[in-house]
Amino acid sequence: MLLGLATPSILTIIAVIMIPLGWLFYLSLIGKGGGFSLENYQRMIEYKSYARVYLITFEVSILTTLVCILIGYPLAYFLAQLPQRIAGIFMLTVLLPFWTSLLVRTYAWLVLLQKKGLLNEFAMQIGLWETPVKLVHNMTGTLIGMAHIMLPFLVLPLYGAMRRIEPELMHAAANLGAKPVQAFWKVFFPMSLPGMVAGSLIVFVLCLGFYVTPAVLGGGRVVMVATQITAILENQFNWGAASALGVVLLIATLFILYLAGRMLKLDNVLFGRN
Amino acid sequence: MGFWKKPASGNQITHADRLWLYVVALVIMLLMVIPTVIVVPMSFSDSQYLEFPPSNWSLRWYDEYFGSAKWMRCTITSLHIGVLTMIVATPLGTMAAYALYVSGHPAARAIFVFLITPMIVPVILIAIGTFYVFGRLGLNNTIGGLVLAHTSLATPLVMIIITAALRTYDLNQERVARSLGASRLKAFFLITLPQIRFSILTAALLAFLTSFDEVIISIFISGGVNATLTKQMFSALRDYIDPTIAAISTIMVLISTALLLTTQFIEARQVKK
Repeated sequence: MLLGLATPSILTIIAVIMIPLGWLFYLSLIGKGGGFSLENYQRMIEYKSYARVYLITFEVSILTTLVCILIGYPLAYFLAQLPQRIAGIFMLTVLLPFWTSLLVRTYAWLVLLQKKGLLNEFAMQIGLWETPVKLVHNMTGTLIGMAHIMLPFLVLPLYGAMRRIEPELMHAAANLGAKPVQAFWKVFFPMSLPGMVAGSLIVFVLCLGFYVTPAVLGGGRVVMVATQITAILENQFNWGAASALGVVLLIATLFILYLAGRMLKLDNVLFGRN
Repeated sequence: MGFWKKPASGNQITHADRLWLYVVALVIMLLMVIPTVIVVPMSFSDSQYLEFPPSNWSLRWYDEYFGSAKWMRCTITSLHIGVLTMIVATPLGTMAAYALYVSGHPAARAIFVFLITPMIVPVILIAIGTFYVFGRLGLNNTIGGLVLAHTSLATPLVMIIITAALRTYDLNQERVARSLGASRLKAFFLITLPQIRFSILTAALLAFLTSFDEVIISIFISGGVNATLTKQMFSALRDYIDPTIAAISTIMVLISTALLLTTQFIEARQVKK
């Protein structure tokens, strides 16, 4: 049967994703005594430190998404106004980071944002601030690094949505007496919303599980769920606690994607095209 | 009438009115690119400290990189794993995409969603999960284990690219070939494959890059003699800023840029056809 051709892929996913995930789920339900117990989940409710990790994770994810919208919207709008060919060339500036290693970009920000880094020097030269500002190994650095990595995930679907808006609609609005600003907010903006929501959701969901950037640019001060999971495994070797954290992260991720899927076609959210 | 006074769109906004937008977009695009290209000049610095612009130029960090047995070994490991992942994931993803697209089976959509789960599940979970299970199977710190894990990440990407390619391709051509007596296999290789070959190439490059750039799973399940380049870089980054990383980053940026340009070139050729 034709579908049989998909078997090797299905087996790979079962071996690498499903069995390990099932195992983690099982481990999360095993207590210190070795029997079935919910203590790993109870601990998450009882200890404030766990709540703080989730709070920081949500805070970082929401802020990153907001930053991406703030800078991604004008960029996508600019690109959508250009002739397709030229937009394609400018689009390379968005795609190039997409193709370069996350580690390289994280490293570059580490260099740019340090006390004697380029950004501090530049800001001091043009008089933005007088003494070097701490831009890295804290929340600021983490947000900058994460927004840089996530921006393409917002710009691509948003750009696609904007391209599909018929220019005639804006002409019609102008014809009917709308001022440019009015036409934008009443016609263009609402029509670009699905693309923006799709992009924002994918950015938000991807942020939830981030590990490398907060670990390097946060300098130990921005402890997100993934960082906490690693720390628990490294320091306490407590698989139950780490798995429980992971299971909650997975459920949160799936829940948000489920909501997104109900609002939009899931393909659009994930692939950002069409 | 100068450029700035010309209307930029249908509702009489001139380019001058749009100036702010152009400036904002330009600054954002610069900020997107700078972190990727800044590592290039820094890698030629003579200094221990990361200064910009470098006061003295040298190839010191490249010497350090190419002269270090440790860095060389993990680079070769990463290349090895990347190529193997590409070789495994490309046919796997292509087969799955073809099967799901052509069969039109009612379960095809569900299987498609199942196969893209690696894009949905947070990678940290895949990392610790495989670390645990592979540990029991003795697959940790082996090339095979990493290739298997990376294949599961790369296959969905291949599948998406090939599905997109199949959508633009007229399947009737294959039906004609089969009605003329070709087997499905023969029809695929003689009729369909040549027409989607550029997409397959793009998918293969992306599969390689997915593996080569992957960090989190590698941190967990690679180690010892089979530690990957990204694992080595991550630990170097977390402990102290080693300028050797600037040299390595430059090489990695070169590789990605070359691959990106290749795919753009492929796309352009496809459009022309």
